[in-house]
Amino acid sequence: MLFGIEWDTSTSWAFAWSILPILLRGMVVTIQASLLGFFVALGLGLLLASLKGVPLKIIAWPAAFITEFLRDTPLLIQLFFLYYVLPDYGIVLPAFLTGALALGVQYSAYTAEVYRAGIQAVPRGQKEAARALNLSERLAFIHVILPQAVVRIVPAMGNYLVSIMKDVPVLSVVTVLEMLNVAKIIGDRTFNYLIPLTMVGALYLLLTLIASWGVRVLDTRLPKRGIPLK
Amino acid sequence: MNEPIIRFEKVVKRFGELTVLDELDFEVAPGEKVTIIGPSGSGKSTVLRVLMTLERINAGVVYVDGEPLWHEPHQGTLKPASEAHLRKMRQKMGMVFQHFNLFPHMTVLRNLTEAPRYVLGLSPQEARQRAEELLELVGLSDKAEAFPSQLSGGQQQRVAIARALAMRPKIMLFDEPTSALDPELVGEVLRVIRSLAEEHELTMLLVTHEMDFARRISDRICFFDQGRILEQGPPEEIFSSPKEQRTREFLHAVLHPEE
Repeated sequence: MLFGIEWDTSTSWAFAWSILPILLRGMVVTIQASLLGFFVALGLGLLLASLKGVPLKIIAWPAAFITEFLRDTPLLIQLFFLYYVLPDYGIVLPAFLTGALALGVQYSAYTAEVYRAGIQAVPRGQKEAARALNLSERLAFIHVILPQAVVRIVPAMGNYLVSIMKDVPVLSVVTVLEMLNVAKIIGDRTFNYLIPLTMVGALYLLLTLIASWGVRVLDTRLPKRGIPLK
Repeated sequence: MNEPIIRFEKVVKRFGELTVLDELDFEVAPGEKVTIIGPSGSGKSTVLRVLMTLERINAGVVYVDGEPLWHEPHQGTLKPASEAHLRKMRQKMGMVFQHFNLFPHMTVLRNLTEAPRYVLGLSPQEARQRAEELLELVGLSDKAEAFPSQLSGGQQQRVAIARALAMRPKIMLFDEPTSALDPELVGEVLRVIRSLAEEHELTMLLVTHEMDFARRISDRICFFDQGRILEQGPPEEIFSSPKEQRTREFLHAVLHPEE
């Protein structure tokens, strides 16, 4: 029994059918952690990308260092750090929040790079033309640079959303009851790992296929008429 | 000569070790049509880019319409200009780029109405009307709803000229406007520029390699070499009897490339 739901071990099919609602509970947690982590990555990545673009080196260099540090250390170390070290300094977060935050922090290093590359891919002449027309920096960014950068940014971000989903099982080490952890517990208690793990694999496949499809749909809906994309 | 509308005083511009403008002194009278010629790297385009505030200067003062461009008066001396000052000064100028630099995600009409609406504060109707008049001027009334990528290079450059004019600048800067065009498309752009040159009020500064064209529309030709004006004068004088050896060599190389 898990989450108050009993399993039926009479036949394989009955077993699979009976644990499906339990795994779906875990899937909800997986989706929640993915989305929360993704939004943290989008926000924090934008912040890092902006800071790295500041002409003042005293701001730009630490931002560049943090980005590099996050990208070059394993997610698990960052997760352990947040989970085991932060409480020593009085910051105690629930496992789920800690895990989602760790995902977001790690992936912010990647999304920062996506933002930077997307904006840099807009030819310099666009900014110059905006300035020659006396558009303010803000207006030039919002009306000229951003619409041309977004169509390059969105597909890459979608790929990271799928990656984050696939990294969620790492959170099981800090007791988050996401889908894989749930399957493992079921296996531990029934001595049947084959069925729950196979089901988790199938559910994951479903999840990432849907996410990829969603990103593709979003991509085709972006207004990109006329923008030269290489 | 009237009070010049553009005046460079001992202007220095360096890119790293390279000195692109070397204590340049240069003046343009209101309404004057001046063409800058010279070998590549001589600082021709930099003059325009400094005026359009795309490049900062390292020393000297540039005056536009009686006011310092890159400086503001401050307690009797000049301090570096604020963004507000630069925006006020930019209002006087429009620029046409070698590679057009139209906004690819906007229709032709929106390219022309964007800045008048958001910078000058025109209503959508006013901006649209102004844009339509200008599209007629450059002969592209039927392309208002097209995207830049659907136009030929020559058409794109004519849109770019209309876009700059939509801001009603006193000074128009043309940075090699036909250099990126296929030869058969050069004429349509030059015709538009020539029709502008007939406007008495508009001051024009043109960097080009189209020597015949420069000769026909310019009041004055400036030959740039190594960041300075080596020689300047009326077109007939520069093209027919240049005094300087470097000018002669340059003109010969441009006009008779096969020799």
